[in-house]
Amino acid sequence: MSAVLEIQGTGIRFGGLVALDDVNVNVPEWEIVGLIGPNGAGKTTLFNCIMGAYTANTGKIIYRGRDISLLPTHRRTALGIGRTFQNIGLIRGLTVVENFMVAQHSRIGYGAWSALLGVPRSFAEERRLKANAMEVLDFIGMAHLADSQLEGLPYGTLKLIEVGTVLATDPDVLLLDEPSSGMGPDEAHEFGERLLKLRKTLNLTVLMIEHHVPLVVNVCDYVYVLNFGKILTEGKPQAVRNHPEVVAAYLGGEVTTDEEEQTPQISPEEETAGVTA
Amino acid sequence: MSEAISTATAGVTNRPTGPQFQDFLPGVARVIPEGVLGGLNRIFEAWTKLGIFRYLIAGALLAATALPLGPPKDEVLVRTGFYMLLALGLNVVVGLAGLLDLGYVAFFMIGAYTTATFTNSDMGAHPVILNPWFVIPVAVVIALIAGILLGTPTLRLRGDYLAIVTLGFHEIVRQTARNLEVVNGSRGVFSIPHPDVTIAGQELTFGVLEPQKYWFILCVFMMAALFMINRLKDSRIGRSWEAIREDEVAAPAMGIPVVKMKLYAFAIGASTSGLAGWVLATKVGFISPNNFPLLSSILVLCAVVIGGIGSSLGALVGAVIVFGLPELLRDIGTEKILGFDIQTGRIAIFGLLLVIMMIFRPGASSPRPAGAELGGGSGDIAGDSVAPGIPGQA
Repeated sequence: MSAVLEIQGTGIRFGGLVALDDVNVNVPEWEIVGLIGPNGAGKTTLFNCIMGAYTANTGKIIYRGRDISLLPTHRRTALGIGRTFQNIGLIRGLTVVENFMVAQHSRIGYGAWSALLGVPRSFAEERRLKANAMEVLDFIGMAHLADSQLEGLPYGTLKLIEVGTVLATDPDVLLLDEPSSGMGPDEAHEFGERLLKLRKTLNLTVLMIEHHVPLVVNVCDYVYVLNFGKILTEGKPQAVRNHPEVVAAYLGGEVTTDEEEQTPQISPEEETAGVTA
Repeated sequence: MSEAISTATAGVTNRPTGPQFQDFLPGVARVIPEGVLGGLNRIFEAWTKLGIFRYLIAGALLAATALPLGPPKDEVLVRTGFYMLLALGLNVVVGLAGLLDLGYVAFFMIGAYTTATFTNSDMGAHPVILNPWFVIPVAVVIALIAGILLGTPTLRLRGDYLAIVTLGFHEIVRQTARNLEVVNGSRGVFSIPHPDVTIAGQELTFGVLEPQKYWFILCVFMMAALFMINRLKDSRIGRSWEAIREDEVAAPAMGIPVVKMKLYAFAIGASTSGLAGWVLATKVGFISPNNFPLLSSILVLCAVVIGGIGSSLGALVGAVIVFGLPELLRDIGTEKILGFDIQTGRIAIFGLLLVIMMIFRPGASSPRPAGAELGGGSGDIAGDSVAPGIPGQA
């Protein structure tokens, strides 16, 4: 199977700190690839490089055979790379359905002039936007929340809504940044099931940062481990989780045998602080 | 009137089923070819739905406020009117798109100077002398181009940086005008013609002592601007602005071309400002760089903030407060309160009122802290997402 997304030798430094160094990641069609690693390993930084929020100093990002390293973020979204954020990238102040309408920006549209003058075409397009939004909402089972404000919705629901908005950009690769953060074990398990179903129905390819080990083992086809900006190891989830160096990276030196349930929960603050310091 | 405006654009997403053009003017409809009539019907239907008539009524009511006023109050009204139009435009930039623009009056100046240059035959720098009315699009387009020229390189900056660049832009424009002999330098441009027109042999004059007529023009412009701004606000463009304002990291990940959308906001703001400049130049007949101090830019921003960032109606009310109130305080009288001379202290009183309003008017004084959105926004780029300009309100 051909790779949808290839990260070739990506490196980025902030001042003296090497955040990523010669990172190579291959995301084949229709696979769910996991990206794990301790605090400050550079996982989110890698996502930022893939989406163009950062421009990497070295290396290339290849999407379906095309080098996209220099494209602006919105063009990458339009090409079909969808991304969620650690801390939920939804637009507060808009309702749920409006968020879904915003997310379709690159898919459907009318120009500023039509909007300015209120020509009929802009109404027709608005109706289509809304219909599409409702379709996606229906698909993720959130149609009843369409007109709710984001404030007051539970965190897990917001996470799911965010995944939904990314689906509304009509992606074929999903980058999920800690989708199960803030979820309990049951919720996380349920999320994993949903993700597998989503991939089946929508033909998605997924690259996801995740700390919840059972979820990674259940869902991922392949796992990369990032530590101090470098790929430490890669392989099938079962193999990786018993890899002595991975255990050492997470627990700091000593190799123990019952490590898997002790995977530290990594808070977003520490993560970003470590990467951008 | 406020409700008329705020509800005017409601129901946009419903299929319009209002009256059709052929019901309205059946006589005219009969002579129009089928295809054209269909188009007209659809436009008419949509525009009825848009509440064009509400804007007309609101505009008429606003215009009527000038009728009971005699001099010098009508003069004050027109002066306030310039700033109402300016505040409407600045609200798009600051309130909707969240871009802190401290040099907004520069576009006002560009509009006024363009008008002066193209209507005044004394200027002599170019052979094109136009009727003031035909200069409207010229002034608007040149202000718009100036907006795009300033915006293209600078809109990649965020928050405070953009504020400083725009601040500098204002001063650059002012100093350029002051030193440019083509526009008479600091002496300013004199005898800009009034927009007199002759319709069917009837001459309609706009004298310098007839401020009411300029007020009517301003009302038309304000309603046109309000209509377009409300349209944009409810469109995908308005939603993009909201997205950019709320979360500049997440917005592009949703496919929004951030710089382009910011440029739209800048262009709308600049062209509105240029339009106001046209009214100023034709009304006053004389402009000089001293008419456009930096303080004006700040005061227009004050108007937007006081009215409630993000609200068009608020911007209008804010402009009335900021520019009308000091004049009203002039009328209070000359008596002393607690040994304090109101007349000489009126600007101090005005300042005090501003402070009090900012403290007690919740709508305008509760900007949302940048990091407070949904658990810190998507601030994955920790250092970069901290400069929000002026955080808006929903």
